[in-house]
Amino acid sequence: MGANPAENHPISFRWLTKAKENGGKIISVDPRYTRTSAVSDIYAPLRSGTDIAFMGGMIKYAIDNNLFHKDYVVNYTNASFIVADGFDFNDGLFSGYDEATRTYDNTKWTIATNEDGTPKKDPSLQNPKSVFQLMKKHYSRYDVDTVSGVTGTPKKDLLKVYEAFCATSKVGKAGTILYAMGTTQHTVGSQNVRAFAIIQMLLGNIGLPGGGINAMRGESNVQGSTDFGLLWDNLTGYLGAPKATVPEHATLATYLAKETPPTGFWSNKPKFVVSLLKAWYGKNATKDNEFGYHFLPKGNKNYSHINLFKAMYNNELDGAFLWGTNPVVGGPNAGKEKEALGNLKWMVAVDLWETETAAFWKKEAGSDPSKINTEVFLLPASASFEKEGSISNSSRWMQYRWKAIDSRGEARPDLDIIHELALKLKKLYANSPKSADQPFLALDWNYGTGEVPDIDAIAKEINGYDLKTGKLLPGIAALLDDGTTSSGNWIYSGFYPEEGKNLSKRRDNKDTGNANFLNWSFAWPANRRILYNRASADPSGKPWSKEKAVIWWDGAAKSWVGNDVPDFKAILSPSEPGGTGAFMMNKDGVGLLFAPTMKDGPFPEHYEPFESPAKNTLSSVELNPAVVINDGDFNKKGYKVDYPIVATTYRVSEHWQSGSMTRNQEWLSEIARYMFVELSEELAKEKGINNKDKIIVESARGKIKAYAMVTKRYKPFTVNGKKVHQVGMPWNFGFKGYATGDIANRLTPHIGDANTMIPEYKAFLCDIRRAD
Amino acid sequence: MMVELNLNRRQFLKLSGATAATLAVVELGFNEKKAYANAKNFKIAKATVTPTVCCFCGVGCGILVHTKNNTVVYTEGDPDNPINEGKLCSKGTTLRQLYTSEKRMTKPLYRAPGSTEWEEKEWEWMLDTIAKRTKETRDASFVVKENGLTVNKTEKIASLGGAALDNEETYLVSKLMRGLGVTYLEHQARI
Repeated sequence: MGANPAENHPISFRWLTKAKENGGKIISVDPRYTRTSAVSDIYAPLRSGTDIAFMGGMIKYAIDNNLFHKDYVVNYTNASFIVADGFDFNDGLFSGYDEATRTYDNTKWTIATNEDGTPKKDPSLQNPKSVFQLMKKHYSRYDVDTVSGVTGTPKKDLLKVYEAFCATSKVGKAGTILYAMGTTQHTVGSQNVRAFAIIQMLLGNIGLPGGGINAMRGESNVQGSTDFGLLWDNLTGYLGAPKATVPEHATLATYLAKETPPTGFWSNKPKFVVSLLKAWYGKNATKDNEFGYHFLPKGNKNYSHINLFKAMYNNELDGAFLWGTNPVVGGPNAGKEKEALGNLKWMVAVDLWETETAAFWKKEAGSDPSKINTEVFLLPASASFEKEGSISNSSRWMQYRWKAIDSRGEARPDLDIIHELALKLKKLYANSPKSADQPFLALDWNYGTGEVPDIDAIAKEINGYDLKTGKLLPGIAALLDDGTTSSGNWIYSGFYPEEGKNLSKRRDNKDTGNANFLNWSFAWPANRRILYNRASADPSGKPWSKEKAVIWWDGAAKSWVGNDVPDFKAILSPSEPGGTGAFMMNKDGVGLLFAPTMKDGPFPEHYEPFESPAKNTLSSVELNPAVVINDGDFNKKGYKVDYPIVATTYRVSEHWQSGSMTRNQEWLSEIARYMFVELSEELAKEKGINNKDKIIVESARGKIKAYAMVTKRYKPFTVNGKKVHQVGMPWNFGFKGYATGDIANRLTPHIGDANTMIPEYKAFLCDIRRAD
Repeated sequence: MMVELNLNRRQFLKLSGATAATLAVVELGFNEKKAYANAKNFKIAKATVTPTVCCFCGVGCGILVHTKNNTVVYTEGDPDNPINEGKLCSKGTTLRQLYTSEKRMTKPLYRAPGSTEWEEKEWEWMLDTIAKRTKETRDASFVVKENGLTVNKTEKIASLGGAALDNEETYLVSKLMRGLGVTYLEHQARI
């Protein structure tokens, strides 16, 4: 659901077909009958942007039909917790909403506590204020008829999916949800994933082999690059970047006090933060200067992609570094993002190719070069096999890539480029007495003085050291908060436990059980392959079933043993306090059916996309009330009267993301050569369009030309009794490379999810017509 | 090469040229001498084999890169990698063309303000100039204190991208950019 692995993650799909051979069932929920759908046992179409309605219906179905794993739910989730007074939900709005700021006060959504601070519970799940009962009430509105009216999914298909998936609530069975950008790229993207989490916890499917919620990562190292802090709000290892807007962030001590929960594994946060500061600032991080905490930048706003380009568009940015990224094709409302680049004084692009973004100033980009004063530096980068280093896949496996050949021409690895740039900057700033320059001068940069940095030194810095002995750290448990340990990324600590032992280089492919391959590469954290695997065993420590056993409590050995590294304190017996806390990253050790941490409500609620063809029938609130609405050129909104057709974007197997890596290759360009827009036979007939006609697609942001691809894979939806058409198109095309075509993202809107600001690429409005 | 390949039988046959010989035997009607002579011309005979991981999606398929005479002569799925067991999709299969494509950038290019053209430049000049621009912008925009709070930041420089970079590279990007005080730090996980 929200993923099409047969086409976008083809080799992952091989394992789904293997599961099918073993009696497994594949369910495909997608607006379009994809190649994944073609191999599935059950296919259910849904209108883009209605996932929460779809999943809300499933939650209701599971509860109404008693198809949930009760022991799992009672022990491993907060279903039994009592919600404190102050929580309410009325006609699409949770309590605590402030219309003027479009934000919630989430202190209205808290769990009632006993005097000792522990949560109040009702394990019978009967208390009307228990999470379970509130959830039941919340989704009581999501009956199959209402859901079918919203999603456009025929009732019989909904029921088929619900029945098949809820059957995995049975002990001994498991079900997984694979998702990708079809789930996240919505104004309710985070809550879409939350809806998956709720159903998977109800069914007892988290922590089991064949279970879980699996994000299908679209880039080879988007997992690792996120782990390493390439989003504004996270330092490495998901440690929150300090903010100027939070008064407690004024000092390290108050920052740690504010951000560290009293219980759960995150109570160790000070060890991770101080060890990171030691890795970054070395000897310049001392107890007296709060371990260099003040050297870190403190921002005062949200700096995410849309806001970044808005700032650029408004002349607030002077320079930009682009590391293998192509926003002129891949960014939302890409036409505006291209214009924004022209307001930079300088831009550095590091890439294998001259991308559309590197060439944004050219005539072929629709620009007038004489009017663009941006200085552009385009640096040729090495391909992945022309250098060495590790990457982390969707399963958090950190695999090593060895260097096969010297770089093509004068291309150089990004590592060398970053390193040499740092050395040059260090030289320019050397001996500066200015206070502004001290943070950069304090930055520890000891990877050699030549052009090529010592990658092994970098890997070891990431793992971390015992600074008293100078030895590499064995793992996360060894980290301390007193400045005597360092680790550039605590979640990876332990991948390089001793000299000469970089575990990401391991190639022992013997199956160590559960297909976990514990001696192949390394998986963070602690080489653990199945997260939350404590939940594969019952509270007493016995596997729920033989078929799905992962780890279990060995009373004689007084330890958790089995086929995986326990996601739990290995010596904590089930009978000890905390011994059943299967979700140790959470404060109370349980999974959150009720999540007061979200910005847009503790339960997922259906809202229509920013641009929608239908009225919300579940409440009178049309759009997620907590999303930020932009203004001016960044808020071009289309309405149904002008743009009656729902549109979405996707990819083809042969092209990768913005296409720069694949449209510059001959074979792939030849196989998938043309930009197209896919539409149903019914819509084609209404519009007088034939297959392969050139058509124009127009949204409130812009228009593009493409070939019409008329297929049976799209069918009109019946939404609340009315016919709604949807079209789809690949966003892989641009004007550079061998295979060229118009840029789909010229059509997409500049609006993001309430929690993540991920743009709503996957549901917007358009109209289409023949080009001639 | 620093890696020990687990050569299974299939792999061993291929590396030793025996596969080529076997094929040739069939083609040439069991003339052993001719067959071995022909194997010499086989593209991957005597090639160096290096394991890598695919650079496209996040599945993490293993690929073997065969190199000879300073070029990539062949790539194939790594049969030892438990993720893909030697299988690859259309993109993974064509990995070689990332090396051989004529579209590859082989020289640093510079575009002056208002210019209609790229100019080829030396690396040294490029990196020196970039370092200078970075310093100029940072110095002109750096904020040490804001409302009495130490904030040490520049909001005039952005860093974008990095999802295709290695972990060690992303670590250095994050460290260098935050070390310089950059707050506009984003990448493909958002888009």
